[in-house]
Order: sequence, then C-alpha cells, then structure tokens
Amino acid sequence: MTNPLSPKERVNLPRQEMPAQQPEVRRHDFDEVNLGLTVIQAHSEAARCLECNHPKCVEGCPVGVQVKEFVELIYEGDYLGAAAKIREDNVLPAVTGRVCPQENQCEGKCILGKRFAPLGIGYLERFVADYERSQGKVGLPPKQPATGKRVAIIGSGPAGLSAAGDLLLKGHDVTVFEALHEPGGVLIYGIPEFRLPKAIVRQEINNLRAMGVTFETNVVIGKTITIDELLGEEGFHAVFIATGAGLPKFLGIPGEHLAGVYSANEFLTRVNLMGANKFPDYDEPVYDCRDRAVAVVGAGNTAMDAVRTALRLEARRAILLYRRTEAEMPAREEEIQHAREEGVEFVTLTAPLEFLGDESGRLRAARCQKMQLGEPDASGRRSPIPIKGSEYELPLDVAIIALGTGANPLVQSTTPDLATDGRGYILADKETLCTSKRGVFAGGDIVTGGATVILAMGAGRQAAKAIHEYLASPS
Amino acid sequence: MFEIVDTRWLAENVKRFELRAPRVAAKQQPGQFVIVRVHDHGERIPLTIAASDPNAGTITLVVQGIGKTTRLINSLEAGHFLLDVVGPLGNPSEIREYGTVVIIGGGVGTAIAWPTARALKKAGNRVLTILGARNKRLVILETELRAVSDELFVTTDDGSYGQRGLVTDKLQELIREEERVDLVLAIGPIPMMRGVAEVTRPHGIPTTVSLNSIMVDGTGMCGGCRVLVGGEAKFACVDGPEFDAHQVDYDVLAQRNAMYRAAERDALERFQQDPQQDKERVEDQCRLIKQHPELETNDQ
Repeated sequence: MTNPLSPKERVNLPRQEMPAQQPEVRRHDFDEVNLGLTVIQAHSEAARCLECNHPKCVEGCPVGVQVKEFVELIYEGDYLGAAAKIREDNVLPAVTGRVCPQENQCEGKCILGKRFAPLGIGYLERFVADYERSQGKVGLPPKQPATGKRVAIIGSGPAGLSAAGDLLLKGHDVTVFEALHEPGGVLIYGIPEFRLPKAIVRQEINNLRAMGVTFETNVVIGKTITIDELLGEEGFHAVFIATGAGLPKFLGIPGEHLAGVYSANEFLTRVNLMGANKFPDYDEPVYDCRDRAVAVVGAGNTAMDAVRTALRLEARRAILLYRRTEAEMPAREEEIQHAREEGVEFVTLTAPLEFLGDESGRLRAARCQKMQLGEPDASGRRSPIPIKGSEYELPLDVAIIALGTGANPLVQSTTPDLATDGRGYILADKETLCTSKRGVFAGGDIVTGGATVILAMGAGRQAAKAIHEYLASPS
Repeated sequence: MFEIVDTRWLAENVKRFELRAPRVAAKQQPGQFVIVRVHDHGERIPLTIAASDPNAGTITLVVQGIGKTTRLINSLEAGHFLLDVVGPLGNPSEIREYGTVVIIGGGVGTAIAWPTARALKKAGNRVLTILGARNKRLVILETELRAVSDELFVTTDDGSYGQRGLVTDKLQELIREEERVDLVLAIGPIPMMRGVAEVTRPHGIPTTVSLNSIMVDGTGMCGGCRVLVGGEAKFACVDGPEFDAHQVDYDVLAQRNAMYRAAERDALERFQQDPQQDKERVEDQCRLIKQHPELETNDQ
C-alpha cells in the first residue's frame, strides 16, 4: 500500500509526540522515561515521509540506514520487514532508536525540518525494534556463505557489536571478547536503565548470538590474551580493536581523592552494571545519596546520566555544575530537558576549584568560582573566564566528575608494534581503520577519543568493510 | 564459570583455594591479581594470585574472611563454581637481581608476597623473609615461604610464636645486622606498610608496597582505586598495584578503603543472619553448569 497523501498533505501532518512518564513519577524510579510510539502514532508519523529521490537523512546517518525504505515498510504495516531493512546497516536498532542524537544526524538533514518538524526517524526506528521484541521475533537480513575466516573483536560496545554484525553477515566467523562479566560495553555499564533498559541491550546481544556471533566475557585482551596470540595460536585471521573509552579524566584540583568523589564511569558502573541501586539485594554498594547533596561536574550526555541517576538514588539536591552556559552544553537537547523537568538544578558559569573534606577524609563541600564568558576558543565555544573574588563554598556529600575519558593503555602496552599518538590513542587509517600492525584494525573511542554510540557504530561498520576486503584479498 | 578444585583452611578465617582458570594460570606473574564475582548479585573484588599451575590450568587464591563476599567465598568447597574470574590484572612485580631483599608479609599479605619472594629467589637474590601475625594460629604459608627464603623470621604481637613484637622491630634488627639491604617488599595491613616505609626511609632503602584499594572493573575504566603516590593520583589497577612505599599517602588509602564501611557492615550482618540465599545462588550455578557444561567457557 503506497502512501496516497500528496506532499502538501504530508507536510501538514503534525509530528507525533513521544509519550513519556511524568517527571514527578519517573524521578523516583529507574523505569524508562520515553514509552515509545503506539502503532497508530507510528503509522501517522511514517505517513509524513516525503520519500525524497535523494534522501538527505541517509547522508546524515553515520551507518547509512535506509530510512526511506524502512519508513515505507512501517507505513505498509510490515514491521519485521522494516526491522530487517534497518539491520542491513545497523545491528542495534533498539539502542540507536533511543540514544542517537538524531537532531544532528538523520533528522537534522530531513527536508521536512526546513519548514516543519523533521520526520521522527529515531522514534520510528525504536518503534520497529520494540515491535520485534514484543512479538518475540527478529527481522534478520540474509547471511553470506561461510568464508572460513575468523575475526576477533576486542570490546563488546557499540563499535564491536556493529562490526560483529556486519562481518557475520559477510560469512565470517566472529568472536567478541569482553573484559567485564557481561557484554555490551558502555550500553551496559554506562547508559542508565531509564534511558536504555538493559533488557533491550541483552536482547540485541542475543539477536547477534542467534545470528552466530560468539561472545567471550572475562577476557582482558592485552592481559589474559595478547593480540599476537590472537593472530597466532588462537587462530584468528584479523583483529578489530574496539576497546572504547578508557581512563576517566579528573579535574586535577585538590581534594579529588576524598571519599565521595567519583568519576562518572565509576558511579554509573556501580549502578548500571553492578545494581548498586538495589543494595543490599545486590552486593556492590554506592555512596548513599539519600537526602544528600550531589553535584556532577560537566554537561555532556554522561553528566546528564549521572545527575539523573543521583536524583533516582533520592538525592536531596542533584546539581549540575558547568563552567559555561546552557547554550554551550554538549548534551542532547532531550537529555537537558528531561533533567530539568525532573528537578536537576543547573548551576552554570561555575567551576569547582577544590574539594574540601572532613577529618575522616569524606567530602563536605566544593569551593567554587563564578565564571563569565569571553571570546570563542579553539572549539568555537566561548571560553569561561574566572571572576575574581567570586569564590564560595557549596556544601556537598557526593561529587561526580564527568569530563570524558583518556585512552586505556592495556592493549597498547602489550602490543609494542601498535602505533599510538602522544595521548595513547591508537593510530588508524581514516578510511580503512588499518593500524600499524598487519591484520589489526581499530576504531571507535580508542581511536577518536570519546564520541557517541552511533559514531562508534559507524567505525564498526567501516572496520567490517575494510576487514572483509582484507580477508578477501589474496595473501 | 570457574570451578573450585581444592580448598584448605590455613588459619582461622583464612582459606586457600585452587581454582580452574586456565587462561589466567597460563599468564600469571608474581604481583598480579584477579577480579572475582561469586554470583549474579555479587560485587567484584580483587584478589591477588598466590600461585598458578599452567599445566593443571589452576590458580591459587588465599582469602581472608572479612566482609560478606570473602566470608561467602570461604564457605565454598571443591565442586562449587565462581561465576566470574578475570585476569591476570595489574603490573607484575619487577623481578631482577637486587642483592639482599627483605620480604615482609603481614597476615594474609603473606600470600601475596609468596610468588614474588619465589621469583626473587630464583633471580639470584638473597631473600630474608619476615612473617608477622597477631598470634601463632594466624601465621600462614610458613613452610612455603621458608622454602624460597635464605632466612625466615616470624613475629607475633603476643609472642605466642617466633619473636614477640612487630615486623618493623625485626626489620630494624636486620638493617642493623646486614651489610646492606637492597630492597624491601612489604605487603599487609596499611599500618604495617606505613610502619615499614618509615623504618626504611631514613636509610634510603628502596621499598615497595602492594596496595589493596577498592576496585570495580580492574582495567582502568572506573578510577575507583585511585591512590595518591608522590602527590599524584594513580590507579592501583593499571599503574600498580605495587608502588614506592615512600611515596604512598597511607591516610588517603585508609580513608578511601573505609568509604563503604556502613554498607559493608550491613551486608555482613545480613549474610550472617541468613546466609541461605547467597549459598542457594551458588548452588543454582552448580546445577546450571551440570546441565550445561559448555558454560565453563566464558560465554554466558
């Protein structure tokens, strides 16, 4: 059934709004905030697509999802077909439908967006993935005959999973190694339940298992097995390093060692991976935030995740400390809006100078300084300038530093012929993701530094293509 | 999952485990540790590897029952399985010929010192070992350490065995008596390591300690294990666990290790009142693996 509406009728249809839990309810629990479109909403939203001859949305997508085609399948009511169409380019639709910054990618390029609201591509992607799950079915694309080649993927985050899916479809035998006890990487330990339910990540990983990917947890490549061993006695023909974000960055100010000061990685890992919000049913603790004052330093998506997690741990105050203004915040608009609705306090143009502790070494306050914005810096954002004499003490029980991460050294330190840059990131060719070591490719955060889930997935796809060509070439 | 193949009590509350973990056993070097999670509601804790047998595919862990998790582990027997074991993590001890080396093991720290002592002996060092404990019943691995030491001394707080006093008393004697001491390695409770550092500092004797910070992932991702060394923040998991004893800020280490004391006490009390739920989780794992032997590989 093709869409009978004229372009004029289509542009006049309103964009469907994402149903969401009420802020006053959701701030107390870890249930997912966005509830997903209904079938009727999905149909109405799909009807808005202008079916461009040269769709810009696809250009805006780091993995090149065939948007027009899958939206048309939704319009026709073939939701599993739509899922299979997405999976040709994107193995994690339930994830990207939730966490991609669509406003800067597919939806940012949508022609509708020039004069009207852009097509809700993220909502629709999520809709088909959720439909699959509700039906207990998976729309899988066809798989090529087996090549007999074995590929090892290091890290089971978005880059690794995306590469695994593509390589498997091309007929290769794929094993993904994960250092933690559960696969998923940042999707499991980093992004909170209320934004990306873990059941969904587990489902996507089980889909990959069903397609034939092998996962090995509790293996730290560089320690348990080296890259040379993977290519040697372990019998792999190629390796893709997708170890992702590494060591968390701290401010480097006095008092960061105090009990109560966390990296966002640690705070989120304790809650998301280890279930610390369910202590004592789960054994891993997190500092008791109930009725305490918690501040998160930073304003990216991870900072928003951490501060909203603190709220759900029943913090009395959940504060976001940021040295610029809201206009410069790197987080997605939706995350900022959700945080505000839930009661997060935004303290902008403010930077901590020092953390102050009590006699037992526990955090009691941050000494902060007010800032004003000066000229744009190298990043194009106006740089903060301290205001002299504006220092004050902000009483705090917990401080969480969300300033990004540096490179993790574990793989590089035991692979001497793997070239890295001055900061420890792996050097890889921009197109082929080839490293200095034959048969070894690298992509995602371990090459680019901290980025987004979908950019890492894009790198995974790129790696899969390059590895496939490498394996197909004689010698 | 990882099978416990043998266990033996070494002292009150201290138990030795042989664990099937072939990949870890093949790679382990002295000074390295594993992170262990007992069951699917468990926490991740670091445990130093006391020994390994690459041929048998086993590693040796020595566990002192202090909190809930270590007491739960110590309630397990051969035939039980630990859900997760990952490693070997951390940097190995630097093994070379130093000359005369004094190895100091306090309490369960003795188990951590054992592989390094053995390697240092093998590298041609003269190894003098001091084992410290509160009393005779808590002295562990004496035979094992004696076998890799040129001389071995025991000190107990109450004088029930060996020399009465602290390891630092004996260390001071050795520094006086020996022509020279080229390296001191101290592993044990924080006050002991701090005490050793203060004894060797005025003599300028290079001294190493192994730090037992709280960890989650053990691979550098979370930063929870950070310690101040020479005023700089270091991650015990990837920068350590061994550091220059004279540079470590022991107050910060002790304060950070006390961070979850209330929760730890709570968890322990609950476990002691009702250990059944945790033990059933472990038993469930054992039943599961009997039905699905393929789960002994790492894929879950």
